[in-house]
Amino acid sequence: MQSKTTVLRESFVPRSIESIKQFLVSNMVTIMFVILSVLGYKVSGMTPFLFFMDITARISRNAFLVLALIIPVMAGMGLNFSIVLGAMAAQAVVIFVTHWGIGGLPGIVLAVALVTPLAALLGFLTGTLFNRTKGQEMIAGLILGYFAQGVYELIFLQLVGSLIPMSNPRLIMGSGVGVRTTIDLTGGLKYGLDWPGQYWGNDLLLRPTLPWTALGLSVLLALVLLAYQLRAEKRKRWSIPRMVASMVGIVVIAAWSIVQIRSNSQINWIRVPLLTWLVIGAACVGLHFFSKTKLGQDMRSVGQNRHVAAVAGIDVNRVRIKAIILSMVMAAWGHIIFLQNLGTFSTYGSHEQVGLYSAAALLIGGATVAKASIKHAVLGTILFHTLFIVAPAAGRQLFGDAQIGEYFRVFVAYGVIGITLAMHAWKHVLQSRSDAKPSGTEH
Amino acid sequence: MAFNSFLKRIDLARLIIAAFFVFLCITAVALRLNLAELITSSLSRIGMWSVLVLAMLPAIVSGIGPNFGVSLGIICGLLGGLTALELAYRLDEIVQFSPGILFLMAILFSLPFALLVGVGYGWLLNRVKGSEMMIATYVGFSIVSIMKLAWVFLPFTNPEMAWPIGRGVRVQVALGNRGLAQLLNNFLAIRIGEVVIPTGLLLSGALCALLVWFFMRSQTGMAMAAAGSNPRFAQAAGISVDRQRIIGTVLSTVLGAVGILIYSQSYGFLQLYEGPMFMPFVAVAAILIGGASVSKANITHVVVGTILFLGIQVVAVPVANAFTADWSSMGEISRKIIQNGVILYALTQAGGE
Amino acid sequence: MGAAPILRMRGISKSFHGTQVLHDVNLEIMPGEIHGIVGENGAGKSTLMNILFGMDVIHSTGGYEGSLEIAGKPVDIKSPLQAMEHGIGMVHQEFMLLPSYSVAENIKLNREVLKPNLVSRLFGSGLQSLDYERMYRDARRALGRLNVGIDEFAPIAGLPVGYMQFTEIARELDKENLRILVFDEPTAVLGESEAAHLLKAIQEIAAEGIAVLFITHRLSEIMEVCHNITVLRDGRVVATRKKNETNVLELAELMVGRSMQFNTNSKRQVQRGKPILEVKDFKVDMPGEQVRSVDLTVYQGEILGIGGLAGQGKIGIANGIMGLFPASGEVKINGEPLELNNSQAAIAAGLAFVSEDRRGVGLLLDASIELNIASGAMFGHGKFLKTWGPFSQTDRRAIRENALKYIKQLGVRCTGPTQKVRQLSGGNQQKVCIARALTMNPKILLVSEPTRGIDVGAKQVVLDLLRELNEELGMTIVVTSSELAELRSICSRIAIITDGQVAGILRPDDSDVNFGLLMAGQPIEKGA
Repeated sequence: MQSKTTVLRESFVPRSIESIKQFLVSNMVTIMFVILSVLGYKVSGMTPFLFFMDITARISRNAFLVLALIIPVMAGMGLNFSIVLGAMAAQAVVIFVTHWGIGGLPGIVLAVALVTPLAALLGFLTGTLFNRTKGQEMIAGLILGYFAQGVYELIFLQLVGSLIPMSNPRLIMGSGVGVRTTIDLTGGLKYGLDWPGQYWGNDLLLRPTLPWTALGLSVLLALVLLAYQLRAEKRKRWSIPRMVASMVGIVVIAAWSIVQIRSNSQINWIRVPLLTWLVIGAACVGLHFFSKTKLGQDMRSVGQNRHVAAVAGIDVNRVRIKAIILSMVMAAWGHIIFLQNLGTFSTYGSHEQVGLYSAAALLIGGATVAKASIKHAVLGTILFHTLFIVAPAAGRQLFGDAQIGEYFRVFVAYGVIGITLAMHAWKHVLQSRSDAKPSGTEH
Repeated sequence: MAFNSFLKRIDLARLIIAAFFVFLCITAVALRLNLAELITSSLSRIGMWSVLVLAMLPAIVSGIGPNFGVSLGIICGLLGGLTALELAYRLDEIVQFSPGILFLMAILFSLPFALLVGVGYGWLLNRVKGSEMMIATYVGFSIVSIMKLAWVFLPFTNPEMAWPIGRGVRVQVALGNRGLAQLLNNFLAIRIGEVVIPTGLLLSGALCALLVWFFMRSQTGMAMAAAGSNPRFAQAAGISVDRQRIIGTVLSTVLGAVGILIYSQSYGFLQLYEGPMFMPFVAVAAILIGGASVSKANITHVVVGTILFLGIQVVAVPVANAFTADWSSMGEISRKIIQNGVILYALTQAGGE
Repeated sequence: MGAAPILRMRGISKSFHGTQVLHDVNLEIMPGEIHGIVGENGAGKSTLMNILFGMDVIHSTGGYEGSLEIAGKPVDIKSPLQAMEHGIGMVHQEFMLLPSYSVAENIKLNREVLKPNLVSRLFGSGLQSLDYERMYRDARRALGRLNVGIDEFAPIAGLPVGYMQFTEIARELDKENLRILVFDEPTAVLGESEAAHLLKAIQEIAAEGIAVLFITHRLSEIMEVCHNITVLRDGRVVATRKKNETNVLELAELMVGRSMQFNTNSKRQVQRGKPILEVKDFKVDMPGEQVRSVDLTVYQGEILGIGGLAGQGKIGIANGIMGLFPASGEVKINGEPLELNNSQAAIAAGLAFVSEDRRGVGLLLDASIELNIASGAMFGHGKFLKTWGPFSQTDRRAIRENALKYIKQLGVRCTGPTQKVRQLSGGNQQKVCIARALTMNPKILLVSEPTRGIDVGAKQVVLDLLRELNEELGMTIVVTSSELAELRSICSRIAIITDGQVAGILRPDDSDVNFGLLMAGQPIEKGA
């Protein structure tokens, strides 16, 4: 009897330590950034009001773009840096919609309708290119982005006004050739989707404040989790510690929301662009649904091993092209959301960093080149943009120079991608080395 | 059949680019542009970039592919340059270095950085075989962006380099004050009418190329080429493939460091911060235009590529401007399209896995 | 058993680029029959299976002659998909599994059970949802037919090899119309008890009425489970036997049989010199050619042959000695221990190697002939260099002279010493490889698969060359080859490698039965 309990304890204790260790190691990047964000926030001396206002805006602005990266990762094509092309398509369409003077939600709907076929075409071409550069999709996507930048500039800086007739003093440069370097969407597409508006002032019922939204979301999340736990098969259910940890997190957020609501804090002034958040939520649900369809399964099959998938009769190249088309269309939509929230954009610059920042956000959320989920995208968006907000302020507080914080956050974006890529490639090399040894039994 | 194989050898993409260059040159003549000025600036631009393009050669030959991370070498060169300037300033009371000595000092100081960084970088690239290009690109980006922080904090005191107010090194450090600007360009420069031939600059490029050529014919150079073109053959011949790849990386990094110093003296400034970020892409595109692929290259590719690509860059701008003032961005745009188009083309030719 | 055969192959012939690999092959299988197919490497087994599966290699090279009938109806199978539709399944030699998928997902790979949903009705069937419940149910049923207790939810990664093999079989069984199932060396990766279980499972599958084609080198397994056995040799059916009318000895003899006219080397009696190369308890971790424990002694001045079937480890021995794959054990050259896993040490000790992978390992295809010939001595021994202190430059003239000498001596047909090796024919490339090894002036020459992929005329030239080197220069040569006839024509002794070990050492004029038995992993019976 006694021996049995000792055995039990022995096997239990190290295992739980082992599993905690494993959890820490496999989530190292994310944990590091949580700490970094918290420290940065403390150091920056920002008011909670400013911080939460900014982060609310940035989540609504960027989350969709980060989600656009998930499908190519599923299909084994790594981080799709070519989403820059989708962003360019979005900007092109936004320029024309602005030119025609269609604003608000109708303008957004029109822009989405126009950009979808354009992005799908670009996605098809990009996918075809990637099929000719298998194994090097990421560098090809990056260079393709630079290449497309040249073509985009050719069209909008040189051809518009000279070959493509367009006269609109708000959009075209004084010389009559080329689109202006900054475009103001005020009175047009600005906040076209961010219904019912982002800022305070109007007390309509449908203008949910941040705390109410957070409370609502946490209740929803808790209900979904509980329902899952009750309905799912036993082997799929979450483990007790995982469940408890998640519930504690949800309760903390809910409690924070209630405290805010009951207090007089300025945070109650922050409004959430509900429609945008609903669109982002719909994208998450859609991706989840997609991953459980035949096409989603085919993508994961192709992502794991192209040869095995091909032998099983899957048309590998076709599936890969579809993945890029979907990603590209999502990126274009995401960039429209980004632009309408921003309100003003730089014609020749706003899209440039889309790939970089989205990829960095996804990785900071805990994704890798081979594995990415909605959870990674959402968490990563929050963490990365927290860092983005606090870094300049922290830099000013620490070194008297906001520029230093800015340098730091750019380094973080590049560094996290560089390190993740290197770790993945290293693992891949080690794996193929051990795969080479047959695991056959010794006789 | 014969025609097909002829086409294959010439390579359509390069034919188009060469034709474009010829077209630009003819147009320039037809438009009665100032040819002397064009030739002069073409020569100096070609000389400026020659060693940076040359830095691609050992990388490709040793099997790591075009060195998208040559910005590491560039940063080592910049560090060497800054160190030399700082030393000159600190010793101003005691000795005055002549510009030539100062330039050699800059190269000398950059070497230990380049050797060290090259070994580490080569070690990393040996661990990520198959993804070298992407990793190299992002290692380059990461290092350039962390160096932006370093430029702010490094303890340089020379007022020629520092911001008048605030901290850190300037974005561009002028080399004119100590006679470094145009040092090589003016060395033995020959003036024929209005054309100026930057003899020293071209000679130093040629010297580097010659050294590399000698190296490629040495036992190590031959072993490196074997390791790059067929690692399994090399291993069977008793060559350590990983070691050869490190040697190639170190050589590429060192050439990057020397190359940026040659570039900078011609430009007249050391460009820090964002400066080195996109330079590798120009060098990569140049050697590819010269006829190299991501796995094969020789000195001819370097020479042809540098002349073609940088020649186009110099000639394209005034030609475009001559048509209409509104086309002022055409030079930059054509560079972007050609540069990245050529790299993409080379990637598709590599055929993937 | 039913009266009509489920599969009938009649008069099948096939040639690749003018080389005939199958001659008038006939094969008949009844439902529920287990039919063994045995033969040496290159006997035509895989080509036959490729025809059955409509593989692209067949149709892109001009198709085949003869006819296929399934259940009495003539069919023309143009693609693997069509083969599947006709109810032909195959368990591949390599695993076709996705590691992060569950056993069930692998069994249903690209045959997932789907259910329509609102989105799929709007946007097409690609967006139908996976019906996991039914997928698990189907998987469980297929696994149940094999009598294995594999958890259908478990991910493949981390499962024992045997389970992976059963998952593959279950995938084929799950195909509803499965009528013919082909096993290609299914027990090669399995341990003994797993192999026994598999053989039992195969018998149960056959008992359900499915025809089984069983390809293996292991004659004992053939004798254990098969009803009928077809022996292929050089693309011809040499015999079809009922199991109870034959025995292992006969099969072995049929399999090896003398297929080529050759003179054995027995006339030249071996004067045994002193041992020059001694190998003890030698293990090499070469994928697909594992050497488990080899003891061998090579004597000065002899040609030792190393033979055996593919995958048994014969190729691994020379590769291991040369340090190309991780090796352990003891290797002595002239009594001096050789440092293992170090190519440089092996070369310095006076070994030279002509690799079986000529284009992959043996040559720099885009370099000139002269450079290829010189490269071994240049990298290995520092020859062909002019040195000044730490600096060196290649000695172009010496390289040229050496190349010209060997081009003449070996009769390499080329436009000149600067021609690229890639442009040469296989036979001439092989001569360059040999010239490269000779330039290194080796004490022992290791040659693997010297005639692989070169045409018949060139084969003889290469073999004669090896013999001349041995006879005239007294060079010690170790030849590894899958072509037993070749070994028997030039070697003084032949070691047969089976299962990573030396099964026995035979004289070139020993009987076919003995060779066949050793290669099939059977002990030679006294007096047989």
